[in-house]
Amino acid sequence: MVNMNCYIRATGNISPQHSLDPVTFSQTRVHTTQDYFKVIEPDYDGFVDSKLIRRMSRIVKMGVASAITCLRQAGTENPGALVTATAYGCLEDTSSFLRRMIEFEEKMLSPTAFIQSTHNTVGAQIALLIKCHQYNNTIVHRAFSFENALTESTLLLGEGMGPVLVGAIDEITKDSHTLLSRFGLYKPTDREDPHFSGNIAGEGAAFFLLDKDPDHHPLAWIQGIKTLYHPGNDETLRLFFLDFLNSQGFQPDQVDLVLSSHTGNKERDTIDQYLLDSLFSKKPFFPFKTLCGDYPTASGFALWLATQLLAEQKQPAWMKDLTFPLNHILIHHRSTNLHHSLYLVSRC
Amino acid sequence: MDNLMEKLKGQIIERLNLKDLKPADISDDQPLFVEGIGLDSIDALELIVLLQQEYNVKLSNADDGPRVFYSVRTIADYINANSGVAKASS
Amino acid sequence: MSASSWIAGLGIISAIGQDVQKNLASLTAEKTGIGEMTWLRSDHQGELPVGEVKSSNTELAANSGLSKKLPRTALLSSVAAREALVDAGWQVKLAPRTGFISANTVGGMDKTEHFFEKFISNPAAGKLAEVVYHECGAITELVADYLGIRHFVSTVSTACSSSANAIFTGARMIRSGLLDFALVGGADALTRFTLNGFNTLMILDKEPCRPFDENRRGLNLGEAAAYLLLASEKGLEQLKKKPYARISGYANANDAFHQTASSPQGTGSLLAMKGALEFAGLSPNQIDYINLHGTGTTNNDIAEGTAIRILFDPAYPKMSSTKAYTGHTLGASGAVEAVYSVLSIQQGLIFPNLRWETPMKELPFQPVTTCLTNQRVQHVLSNSFGFGGNCSSLIFSAA
Repeated sequence: MVNMNCYIRATGNISPQHSLDPVTFSQTRVHTTQDYFKVIEPDYDGFVDSKLIRRMSRIVKMGVASAITCLRQAGTENPGALVTATAYGCLEDTSSFLRRMIEFEEKMLSPTAFIQSTHNTVGAQIALLIKCHQYNNTIVHRAFSFENALTESTLLLGEGMGPVLVGAIDEITKDSHTLLSRFGLYKPTDREDPHFSGNIAGEGAAFFLLDKDPDHHPLAWIQGIKTLYHPGNDETLRLFFLDFLNSQGFQPDQVDLVLSSHTGNKERDTIDQYLLDSLFSKKPFFPFKTLCGDYPTASGFALWLATQLLAEQKQPAWMKDLTFPLNHILIHHRSTNLHHSLYLVSRC
Repeated sequence: MDNLMEKLKGQIIERLNLKDLKPADISDDQPLFVEGIGLDSIDALELIVLLQQEYNVKLSNADDGPRVFYSVRTIADYINANSGVAKASS
Repeated sequence: MSASSWIAGLGIISAIGQDVQKNLASLTAEKTGIGEMTWLRSDHQGELPVGEVKSSNTELAANSGLSKKLPRTALLSSVAAREALVDAGWQVKLAPRTGFISANTVGGMDKTEHFFEKFISNPAAGKLAEVVYHECGAITELVADYLGIRHFVSTVSTACSSSANAIFTGARMIRSGLLDFALVGGADALTRFTLNGFNTLMILDKEPCRPFDENRRGLNLGEAAAYLLLASEKGLEQLKKKPYARISGYANANDAFHQTASSPQGTGSLLAMKGALEFAGLSPNQIDYINLHGTGTTNNDIAEGTAIRILFDPAYPKMSSTKAYTGHTLGASGAVEAVYSVLSIQQGLIFPNLRWETPMKELPFQPVTTCLTNQRVQHVLSNSFGFGGNCSSLIFSAA
């Protein structure tokens, strides 16, 4: 959906980069030599009581810590609504329960893995920890999970249910990586530039506290987002970009930075390159998946990155070609060629 | 009996992922649930599975849970009373 | 409040019938669909009764025109979703203003658990085709493609309240003017994963369930798919159809008490029901029928019952749990019960709480035990309370 008009009051992000520490993040970029990125995990004791943490799987800890970081940054413990987005859900517990179910022939199974495997576990645990009785929903819709969660968040804000705490969470597990690799999803980079990772797996947990109005010193402003499913051809895609920008009253040359879905594998990047060449040939771009890897809710990382850049108005040491003031960032989140999303995020 | 209780304490800590506790931190008669070391209904279910897997003892009625799992000693008593083929020595 | 969402089409497939008419016939004949497992291959066959849809995957595939190799959840979903669209007189030319918001919790797990049998001993083994549609969202997309809807497609997964939330997500989008039509509901097939999962929680009854009975012993799992086609005022004109009912109230609250158990005083349930009434601008005594979440577990029924006592005392509406007919259909349950709530309004019926015998000693009310006809049903409250404390209540009102 197009017009969002909501303000990002605070963020929390656990990712393969130093996203919990803004200073280190802007100085040090993390690379990987594998075909996946794993998040840098904090000491979770700083976020959750050890009695409660014992039952939490990795993805739940990631989600909870990211959400709490966001709320701490905002200085509030009381969101008006909580919406979580995940494409794969709680994979570790799902695998664990499945394996035992098969190995033990459906006997003597442990309940914890089953309970923690449901897709709404992260949202439920956050609510439990902050004792939040408010609206709570979980969207599980592939590479549009986060986008649909944001659309819902905008509508909730419009109904006066703000501030809305909304997050995007997905994890990699040994089983999931083995399986997804068998689908041929991952390809190495064939570019000399060491900043390209290739099309590799990623994971992360990014949370945002959204307001309807700019009254709480927002970090950034989401002007609009739009999704396109199964474009069919490049021209449809190109028009999608133009229509989206026009609907916001923008032309491509007014965009200051494009956060693109390039990964550095030429075969995979053809569509991204085509779009850059045809619409944004003179614009700086940055391939955000080379920081977080490729996963359906990677747009959560991209939105966090855009927010950081717009709020800080500083170029990280490992980025180049940005001009300041940086006012408008366009995010293009592409997952294979089936799911495309665009975000226009602006400086406040 | 003492050996069984020591063994149980270790198994409980491992099964329920009570990382901060050592067997010595759990006394034989201390309540395990609610006010004791703070276990809950999901832990009770895990303990039911533990008894089955490790001691071949079945607790088919979940309502017996609060009585059987009250303390390490009551669990040990239940195991001794119910396992014809107990794997643990007492 | 902005415009209501009108309910223009219904579709359902469940243990008590393959379509709306057959479900209605079973409801009025007081015929349960809970019984032995036939299609699900589980070591608990013969031990745990379930509410199985009485069709094989081959039969479902023949019904829908999709491949029989697809996950059962997708097959169920496609049958019920198509019925709702046909019932409403929806046409593909309306697709640009139509959204599809479907709920499920199991995704393609029936295929995945088969795949894992080989995969766990050899990571290179197992047919990849079996896990292509593992994700909840992949099932929705498959069905959306089948129906020709792509403008807005989404999947909700909040355990047992999933399809209630999906229903209201669609209603919200219509109220805000983003859509004129929303096909909303959910589906979940029986799987070994869920059957065993619930079994580890020791909340499955080895006999057919008895919701809200003093001697209840747990729930029976079921499977189903159910959808409503919602329309805006403008959408209704385009369909040239009289609506069955409208959605007048909704609330979503979180119990925030425990991962699986409801708080004894039913905090989340109470907030959800109260919120729905406030949204609808109704007072408790205006509710004619409560379709209870009523799973038959010790915990749910006392928590829900306590919340009802607090909210409705001293005047209690007629109420029942239809899970005694269908079993607990998890991600589909909110939508199944939404369809039944609309039928209640449309047909003037109040469905019984089958197999009920003894009142719960804590509660000053009891459910309806025979099918009541010729009732004036203006407002129905439907509850869906799930794991993770996700509590949702919907109110359906006469058109």
